[in-house]
Amino acid sequence: MASVGIRQVSKRFGNVQAVSELSLVVNDGEFVVLLGPSGAGKTTTLRLVAGLEQPDAGSVHIGGRDVTRDPPGTRDIAFVFQQYSLYPHLSVYDNLAFPLRSPARRVVEADIRRRVEQTADLLHISGKLKNPATRLSGGEMQRVAIGRALVRDPSVYLMDEPLSSLDAKLRAELRLELKRIQVELGATILYVTHDQVEAMTMASRIGVIKDGKLLQVGTPREIYENPVDYYVAGRLGLPPINFIPADVLPELPMPAGTRTLGVRTEHVQLGKANGAGFVGRVHRVEHLGDQNHVHLECRNQMLVTLADPHQPVTPGEDVAIRLVNPLYFDGQGHRLQTAVRQG
Amino acid sequence: MAQIRVENLHKSFDQFAAVHGSNFTIEDGTFFALLGPSGCGKTTTLRMIAGLELPTSGRILLDGDDVTFRRAAQRDIAFVFQLFALYPHMNVEQNVGFPLKCQGTTRRQIKERVRETARLLRIEDLLSSKVSKLSGGDRQRVALGRAIVRRPKAFLMDEPLGALDAEFRQLMCGELRDLHDRISATTIYVTHDQLEAMSMADRIAVMNAGKVEQIGTPQEVYDCPASMFVADFIGSPPMNFLPFAGGLRSGDRTIEFCSVSVAVPEVREERAVGPLVLGVRPEHIGFSDAAALRGRVFGSEYLGTTQIVTVDMEAGRLKARLPSSISVRLGETVGVTFKSDSLALFDGQTGRAVHTANHWDDRHG
Repeated sequence: MASVGIRQVSKRFGNVQAVSELSLVVNDGEFVVLLGPSGAGKTTTLRLVAGLEQPDAGSVHIGGRDVTRDPPGTRDIAFVFQQYSLYPHLSVYDNLAFPLRSPARRVVEADIRRRVEQTADLLHISGKLKNPATRLSGGEMQRVAIGRALVRDPSVYLMDEPLSSLDAKLRAELRLELKRIQVELGATILYVTHDQVEAMTMASRIGVIKDGKLLQVGTPREIYENPVDYYVAGRLGLPPINFIPADVLPELPMPAGTRTLGVRTEHVQLGKANGAGFVGRVHRVEHLGDQNHVHLECRNQMLVTLADPHQPVTPGEDVAIRLVNPLYFDGQGHRLQTAVRQG
Repeated sequence: MAQIRVENLHKSFDQFAAVHGSNFTIEDGTFFALLGPSGCGKTTTLRMIAGLELPTSGRILLDGDDVTFRRAAQRDIAFVFQLFALYPHMNVEQNVGFPLKCQGTTRRQIKERVRETARLLRIEDLLSSKVSKLSGGDRQRVALGRAIVRRPKAFLMDEPLGALDAEFRQLMCGELRDLHDRISATTIYVTHDQLEAMSMADRIAVMNAGKVEQIGTPQEVYDCPASMFVADFIGSPPMNFLPFAGGLRSGDRTIEFCSVSVAVPEVREERAVGPLVLGVRPEHIGFSDAAALRGRVFGSEYLGTTQIVTVDMEAGRLKARLPSSISVRLGETVGVTFKSDSLALFDGQTGRAVHTANHWDDRHG
């Protein structure tokens, strides 16, 4: 395995600045997820690392070597795409063996067998090796596609939303599997997705990307608890963080220059209304089973909070609201640091 | 607005029984979700209520009126398909007004009703816009407008949000429910997405293989599932199932599970020795060094406030929802505890729930 270094890379397509001065290091054995909406430049970044695109400026390093001008084939990377494209006329075994049978590699058949069997074992598809590739479930097909990347034992894996075409249950299962495989192999993975749950659950570190710029890089916990700005704060969390204009809560002490408060749904706490403090009126209660989402209105602001499913709150009722650990943002959306740490 | 009643409804396509023996009543103004996997018969049920399919047997009553064999157009019901289907050559006002135009409503009335509908959906400023210029959310609002402009007795919706990504879907769920709260129309909403059903519906019917497995409020089907199918289908991650063998006596408060005595809600029926399943929701699992049940941590998934920890136990794999402040290491051995009054027991063969004190009617009188 090897590290990946992206240094001050920019890429423009016509009028669109797809990636601008992006720098990111993926350490050896690290699982880094680039999280962003479509059009943010995450796939372009991946393609720049793969060598499928050439940067306008900046450089790409793999294993400490500058590969910016190297063709994709010599970079020793494996790319997993969103749509599993298996060879339909080949068996699972032959699909997995295919990358090793490339004339450029000259792997002897006994080694191929060993590597394919090891990979199949890792992916829990050993029983399906003789199946035609078309006679597999969606989850199995995507496993084979990932297996085809693993079997080559490259320095770096690049993955472009490999789970997004699967249904929710399978996605949850493969998330856990992929993370296990990555830990077992000590693999270096650069993974892009727009799905915050994938990013939070699998990443060693997340890079939040928007309009071609990397806004923040950190562990999922850092990004969630300590976002650098308004955008990042809104990117993680479901339901999303509540944003409240500062002038709605004039009696609340806050740092100078605060324009917006961000309060996570679990940090809006409800109590019995007693006339004092902030009072909200309950609009709607969503029962999700393990928790309730309570939608309430406070001074013309809609807020969403998490509540215990058996805490009695009914629409129309007035409740006291307590805001815990708010985040403060200035007029530009930058986070204003305070001494208060989230706990 | 209307009450919808379905009596002993059957539908067969050749040899295949798509729906067998559905019975339910949807009270006026209820938001009712038909929830189940593909092929469970939920869409067929909806299409029979709409009049797009004829039942093999059984009756459908709309406000007490037998409409079983009445044409779709004579039922005064609006059917909302995938919400995106709009006429591209018409503007928003023409799209919303189209169903009224087809009915031969006068121009003045159409204008009035379209304005009123637009106000309800907060799209008044878009009325003269071209449909192709609209954002995804606004298109959905227009499509909804076309359904509500007729003021039908009921709305039937078939996976209207199916094609949307998760975050946008959640937003639209909120809007649909808000709209329902404003106009209180009886609504039947078909979906395979448990989160949509849970977050919007007043009552949910969970369907499996052509049969209704359980009907109840979201909290009821979540807390007291009638079967393993329901317990597995609702909740994310779903309920954990730990199989074991044993017999039960009425009044039992513990079970013998993997040679450990586990406290359960008081058993209210007798059962001979046989296969049983202990059902545990992820949030009802805790870690404690002192616990007798042991497992090995397979993985942990950070989710912000909580984390999902996967634990391999002798009896199977468990997913626990724990506060993210608890630190766990992969591979470590942990003691596992259960919140005993929230556990479920199932018959291992039929999958039906065993009657215990954790039964909705017992808990809520």
